[in-house]
Amino acid sequence: MKKTNVVNTFNPSIDGKGIMMGRKAFTEDFAPKDALIIKVMRSPHAFAKITHIDVSEAKKLPGVEIVLTHKDFKRNAYTRAGQGYPEPSPHDKFVLDEYVRHVGDEVCAVAAVDEATALKALDAIKVDFEVYDPVLDFEGAKDHKVRVHPEDDIHEMFPIGFDPKRNLAAAYHMEIGDVGKTLDDSDVVVEESFHTTPQAHAMMEPHAVHAEIDYNDRLLMFSSTQTPFHVRRILSQTLEVPIHKIRVIKPRVGGGFGGKQALHGEMLCAAVTLRTGKASKMVYTRKEVFESTYSRHRMRLDFKIGATKDGKITALDVYGLSDTGAYGEHALTVYMVTGSKVLPLYNKVDAVRFHGDIVYTNRMPAGAFRGYGAVQGNFALESIIDMLAEKLGMDPVELREKNMIKEGETSKIFEVMGEGTEGTAMDMESCKLEYCLKRGLELTDWRGKHPKKVEDSKVRSVGMAIAMQGSGIPFIDMGAATIKLNDDGFYNLTIGATEIGQGSDTVLAQIAAEALGCELKHVVVYSSDTDLTPFDTGAYASSTTYVSGNAVYKAASKLRDMMIREAARMLKCDVESIDFDGRTFTDSSGSSVTLSKLSNTLTYNDEQQQLTATHSYVGHKSPPPFMAGFVEVMVDRETGEFDILDYTSVVDVGTTINPKLAQGQIEGGIVQGIGMATYEEYHMSKKGKNITGDFLNYKIPSQKEINRLRTEFADSYEDSGPYGAKSAGEIGIDPPPAALANAIYNATGVRITTLPITPEKILMGIKQKEKDRQ
Amino acid sequence: MKIQNFHKASSLADAYERLERSSDAAIIGGGAWMKFSSRTLEEAIDLSGLGLDAIDERDGVVAIGSMTPLRDIETSDVLKRIFNGILPHAAAQIVGVGLRNIATIGGSVVGKYGFSDLLGPLLCMDARLEFFKEGEVSLAEFLERKGRTDDILVSVNIPSKAGCGYFKKVRKTALDFAVLNITITKTDGQTRIALGSRPARAVLAMDAMAVLNGSVDNDETTIEKAAEKAAEAVRFGDNHRASEAYRKHLAYVYVRRGLFMLEEGRT
Amino acid sequence: MKLHATINGRKRVLEIQPGDVLLDTLRDHDFISVRRGCDSTSCGVCTILVEGKPVPSCTYLSARAEGKTITTVEGVQDHAARLAGFFGGEGADQCGFCNPGIALSVYALSNEAPDADEDTIRHYLTGHLCRCTGYHSQVQAVKKYLEGLK
Repeated sequence: MKKTNVVNTFNPSIDGKGIMMGRKAFTEDFAPKDALIIKVMRSPHAFAKITHIDVSEAKKLPGVEIVLTHKDFKRNAYTRAGQGYPEPSPHDKFVLDEYVRHVGDEVCAVAAVDEATALKALDAIKVDFEVYDPVLDFEGAKDHKVRVHPEDDIHEMFPIGFDPKRNLAAAYHMEIGDVGKTLDDSDVVVEESFHTTPQAHAMMEPHAVHAEIDYNDRLLMFSSTQTPFHVRRILSQTLEVPIHKIRVIKPRVGGGFGGKQALHGEMLCAAVTLRTGKASKMVYTRKEVFESTYSRHRMRLDFKIGATKDGKITALDVYGLSDTGAYGEHALTVYMVTGSKVLPLYNKVDAVRFHGDIVYTNRMPAGAFRGYGAVQGNFALESIIDMLAEKLGMDPVELREKNMIKEGETSKIFEVMGEGTEGTAMDMESCKLEYCLKRGLELTDWRGKHPKKVEDSKVRSVGMAIAMQGSGIPFIDMGAATIKLNDDGFYNLTIGATEIGQGSDTVLAQIAAEALGCELKHVVVYSSDTDLTPFDTGAYASSTTYVSGNAVYKAASKLRDMMIREAARMLKCDVESIDFDGRTFTDSSGSSVTLSKLSNTLTYNDEQQQLTATHSYVGHKSPPPFMAGFVEVMVDRETGEFDILDYTSVVDVGTTINPKLAQGQIEGGIVQGIGMATYEEYHMSKKGKNITGDFLNYKIPSQKEINRLRTEFADSYEDSGPYGAKSAGEIGIDPPPAALANAIYNATGVRITTLPITPEKILMGIKQKEKDRQ
Repeated sequence: MKIQNFHKASSLADAYERLERSSDAAIIGGGAWMKFSSRTLEEAIDLSGLGLDAIDERDGVVAIGSMTPLRDIETSDVLKRIFNGILPHAAAQIVGVGLRNIATIGGSVVGKYGFSDLLGPLLCMDARLEFFKEGEVSLAEFLERKGRTDDILVSVNIPSKAGCGYFKKVRKTALDFAVLNITITKTDGQTRIALGSRPARAVLAMDAMAVLNGSVDNDETTIEKAAEKAAEAVRFGDNHRASEAYRKHLAYVYVRRGLFMLEEGRT
Repeated sequence: MKLHATINGRKRVLEIQPGDVLLDTLRDHDFISVRRGCDSTSCGVCTILVEGKPVPSCTYLSARAEGKTITTVEGVQDHAARLAGFFGGEGADQCGFCNPGIALSVYALSNEAPDADEDTIRHYLTGHLCRCTGYHSQVQAVKKYLEGLK
């Protein structure tokens, strides 16, 4: 795969202009005007049973079309997770249930001719609850006397450690070598517990879905989803509608970050339309997005790390507790990634253990979110590495250089841990982590700035962290592409892959154009329509460029071969003698035919036929991208406030198919990671109600929080990726929490182990240190 | 908020008459926070179009019409000139330009919001409020009154005295409400200090002011003592943005810093 | 009640309810570029221009727009297309959900402060949340766009 023109060059996104101009693009824009409006009654209680529900008054209201309660659904346990099948998440949810398990959980739903009527109908429904003591503290959830899931008709799809009697959604254990003994034999051992808090995806487009029955009597659904094919399957299985009767179209999605991997309004919207025969629409309010979807998993990670005196890391031992909230979506797999895409960073250890429990609580569920466990694990690991360096009296960068994974090496963890299953052994055929680290030190003048410089009441300091992620899930994530040659020689690329704003339509078109030797504009993309495009698992697990991109490359190469065969027939020569430059087919004698002529002839004149090629790809490995992140802060020692002066990253994502879009993925991830590290936090009332359920109270970074972002890419080529590409979607979010915690420590001597890193915590730490000194 | 009828007032007298007619009628300021109210209004009375959106300086007073948007306050040259421009400086840090184009100073004052960043500067500049019926009343007095006013705020009047000022908003992100806001002004040898978003509404730090205004010279010891008093004597509270203890500490640090800056002629 | 307003240069008479906000009124009349992000004045997604000034349409009473001029991105298509070129150039267009609102603020900024530097641009656009880009590329794009107007 030699690169020529289109890949790894500047190309603006193919769809940005129309979207800036406000054209119809997003789910709600396509909703039929007469769609019924669906509104959901949300539970005011963290845990309760519906003992009585009276919908008679609501049904009498003019304009109310249907009221749905748990009595209207067959008890088919399912998971909203939006994963491949069988899912590694427990089937522990019902479309509507007699139990409500968190504030914001669904009680019942109404569809009416307009929003005002629907809201009025909700007001008219009388519900009696038997309210229970909720399980809110995740550290006490395991074996708590209150069971979050007392029902007996829920199940796991294969063994994941699911044990609802003990409030366990999943559990995991693995050990390589003898960790206990290795730690005992280590010269130095550092031990610390780290806490991370839930984070909201806070994509700008709230979840939206609408459905209608089309003229073929099928359910046509538009959804702002990351997984249209999974949506189709899960709807069919749960509502018992034949899958061929469902078509799911994903229009432009206004941001996902994992938050739209799962199903949200789809189930109720489909149910309303199937039962009424009428179009219906459900758009989440921002409050619902905050309260009734899901967040990142809260975790407590108990880390132990051992090393020899001269700084060889010998053992890593991690026990984790992860809070999956009311439902176990992604419970096991997120937690496994906390180990599998974090611990291999230090691959020279003699022993490593990683185990943990993922518990149910009566909080909003947790689910997929960019970073997917790795960001939690990275915060703990890259913090404890700095702590170890200090204890060893060693430079933290030197400690990393000595122990981190390098090109050509492997880690046993890859083989042992997959996502929900065993893993896949692989060597790091592309790993420019050493370069990333070295280059970052140069760019940031690290040696001149580390660890700090005191300026009056303020301290300027630096901190850093390294990170890795993956590129799709091997032997699970599959993407497929179809490319069609049209008359006059332009192409249609249809892909199941899901553009959610990350630029995948552009990147995949670039790969096709490169393989076909044409200009980008001659590849017309259509994606994510379960009737018209081939299958794709969806936009998650950093898979689109690597997995779907490989499918596109293969489909384009196949079509190219088909075109050459037709050109050889036309020129009456051997296939081998044809040279195709993207526009003209030339044989060894110099005779030629243009693509335009060839395609027109094939369409209208001679041996007419449609040339089309489909190819699919499933990864046999998941080559990790790597990066080093460096932050410079100015800390006010009197108040604990800090400014982020600079954030510099050097990243190995393999070839950047589209350098600007790759940069956008990295920087967007970084800023989301900075938000998580500094001020993003759910606050809850004593009864489990979210009191930060809007943008006034849940703060995400704005224009003014980050003064300077610098991103560079390492020159890297991953042989198994399309044109050398790996993934860029998630990794950026991983380093900020630890890098920042390390910078704050360097400035103040205060080690923050519980996110977010707030000025108040820093100040209290400074005061405590002063007290200790006296 | 639900609104059953919308009335655009033809004059202040008209607005007042409509307001008197029903206890469920209310003046709509900028409407910026109306989404957070569960009130049902029989009638929303709109004052736009009555020329209440001007900032005028006359007879030693800067009069800000109650319907003046915060964005106009932010960019007002007249306001930038008094007390080192603390009011424009505070206004500029409230959410974004879009919100500031609709939120009005009248709404900020009459709403008596705890999170307001304007009440502190207005208290420190000794603002007086001009009401349609009642006439002039000091802001400090108005803020002490319980409940909603049934009068109409016409303008916020600030004596345009020579003086200097300091304003600091401690916050998590540029779009957030303050963890605490600190205002200090000095004019005619008198210092005023206000602390707002405690998270309760801004108040003058009377005890701290007494320390400063009772001493001949605001030297280091006096400033230190005043800062301590501000932290000690003003009541702070907890919310998810910060604890009482942290707010107390911030009050001490920033009152001290602000006083030093004003003494040194820096702002 | 009736709302008489000039929307994107055309005089319109729209039937509204007293409590309606412009976000709903405009979307109901097919100005679909006006997007709903939060309903609480705090994300900037629904920004439109009233009398040339950016305002959050989720909080602007439709009745209050009586006699005023309203601009949505449908009314400044050339500007939006040109700005899109600069966003594309900086890789600043990811999901794009917030972009029509930003386009309108940039339009207002180009009238209010055509010489805006980076700080002024950031200050002017602070009310627009974006979860995709990290903002840096947006600011660069707007800077280049403004320079291009000179």
